[in-house]
Amino acid sequence: MRISLQVNGQPVQAEVEPRLLLVTFLRERLGLTGSHLGCDTGQCGACTVHLDGRAVKSCLVLAAQADGRSILTIEGVASGETLHPVQQAFRDRHALQCGFCTPGMVMTALDLVEHLEQPDDDAIRQGLSGNLCRCTGYRPIIDAVVDAIRARQAGG
Amino acid sequence: MFPFDYIRPASVTEAIAAHGQGEEPRYLAGGQSLLGALKLRLAAPSTLIDLARLAELRGIRRDGACWVVGAGITHAEMAVGVEIPALAALAGSIGDLQVRNMGTLGGALANNDPAGDHAAGALGLGAEIRTDRRVIPADNFFLGMFETALEPDEVIVEVSYPLPCRAGYAKLRNPASGYPVVGVFVAQTGGEAGVRVAVTGAGACVFRLPEFEAALEREFSPAALAGLSVPAGDLNRDLHATAEYRAHLIGVLAGRAVAAS
Ligand SMILES: Cc1cc2nc3c(=O)[nH]c(=O)nc-3n(C[C@H](O)[C@H](O)[C@H](O)COP(=O)(O)OP(=O)(O)OC[C@H]3O[C@@H](n4cnc5c(N)ncnc54)[C@H](O)[C@@H]3O)c2cc1C
Ligand code: FES
Ligand code: FES
Repeated sequence: MRISLQVNGQPVQAEVEPRLLLVTFLRERLGLTGSHLGCDTGQCGACTVHLDGRAVKSCLVLAAQADGRSILTIEGVASGETLHPVQQAFRDRHALQCGFCTPGMVMTALDLVEHLEQPDDDAIRQGLSGNLCRCTGYRPIIDAVVDAIRARQAGG
Repeated sequence: MFPFDYIRPASVTEAIAAHGQGEEPRYLAGGQSLLGALKLRLAAPSTLIDLARLAELRGIRRDGACWVVGAGITHAEMAVGVEIPALAALAGSIGDLQVRNMGTLGGALANNDPAGDHAAGALGLGAEIRTDRRVIPADNFFLGMFETALEPDEVIVEVSYPLPCRAGYAKLRNPASGYPVVGVFVAQTGGEAGVRVAVTGAGACVFRLPEFEAALEREFSPAALAGLSVPAGDLNRDLHATAEYRAHLIGVLAGRAVAAS
C-alpha cells in the first residue's frame, strides 16, 4: 500500500507492506537508525518516536498507521549543530553511558518536558517507566529531565 | 507477523461492511495489545480494519449525570479529559506514557485482559458500553478471559460512566509488566445501585464482590471491611503471586480504594 507522511518536517511517500513496523520503515527504508530496536515487544522504549507530537513506541505501530500523520525522530530534534535543550541537559548531566537507550529516552523526555507542569521526581519516574536503561541507574536521566523542565519554565 | 491487508474505513458503517467481506477480519485501534499478539502469531487476521481515527469514536463529553467517552479516546486523553478523578487516575496509570498515548478505551475493553485496568473502572462504576447496535451494561459485558459479549463484527462506539458520589482505585503493579497483580475499584453511586466493588487481575476476568459491597453500604469506610475475606479457590495463581496472596491483596486494596475515594 502507498503511504504519505511527514518525517522530521519532510514529506515522505513510500510503498509499504501493511505489516511493516514503523521502526523498520524508519531504520531500513529511510536510513534513520537513531530509533533503536531493543526488544521488539513494547517493553524497552528504545524505539520511541513522536506521532503527531506524542511519544509512542515505533515497534508497536505499523507504518500504515502513520499514513497522513507526522513523525519526529531523534534525528529531527537538534537544530543543525545546536542541541535541543533536552539533549543539552542529558549531556550536562551525563545522562548516558553506552547510549543505546538514549534516543528513546530523549524522545520520551521531550513529551514529559512539554506536558509536566512541575519538575516532580515521582511524575518523572512514572513518565520514564516505559524506557529501560541498563547503564546509568536512571538518577542522571531524571536530573536531566528536571533541568529541562526548569529551563522551559525559565524560558516562559 | 503473518501478512495481512490494512484498510482505514471512513465511518463505523463502512468498518462493519468491510468486516463482512474479509475472510478473517480484525479491528485495530491503538495496536498496543493486538500488534504484540500478531508478532507472537497468536492470531493471523486476513485484514486489519483501523478504527483509530473515526470521528464517531473520538468524542468525550459530560452528558447529564454521566461522562461519555469515545472508544477511540486514548488512555492519555482520558486521563486529562474526564472529570471523574478516580477514573482519570486509572487511565493515567495504565502501562507507561507511550502505551497511554496509543492505546484506547475501546481496545482495552474489547481485549478484556484478565489484568486490564479499564475493566475495573467500567464494572466498578456500572458503565454502559454502547456499540453500533445496542447498549451493554458492564455487568453483562465481561464474560471470561479475553472474552466479552461483543459479536465478532460489533464495534464499541462509546462508554457512558455514571458520575459517582465518590470512587477510588487501588492496585499493586507487577514491577516488570506494569499490569496490576490485583486492582480494586470502589464506587458509591448515590442512586439505588449503592456501592460497587470490582476486582481485576485476580480472576479470569473482572468480577464484583457482593459481600464487600453490602458491608460498605452499611458504612463506607475501610474499617467496615474488617473480617471480610475472599476464598483463594478460583483465583489466578502464577509465578508472580499465589492465589492466597491475591486473595489477601483484594482485602488490602479494597481498603485502600475506599480510603482514597
Ligand atoms: C508495554 C505495555 C504495557 C501495558 N500495560 C497495561 C496495564 O498496565 N494495564 C492495562 O490495562 N493495559 C496495559 N496494556 C494494554 C493497553 O492498555 C492497550 O492499549 C489495550 O489493552 C488495547 O487497546 P488498543 O487501543 O491498543 O487496542 P488494539 O490492540 O488495537 O486492539 C485490541 C483488541 O480490541 C479490538 N478492538 C479495538 N477497538 C475496538 C472497538 N472500538 N470495538 C470493538 N473491538 C475493538 C481489536 O480487534 C483487538 O481484538 C499495556 C500494553 C503494553 C504494550
Ligand atoms: S523496541 Fe520498541 S519498546 Fe523495545
Ligand atoms: S546508557 Fe546504556 S542503556 Fe542507557
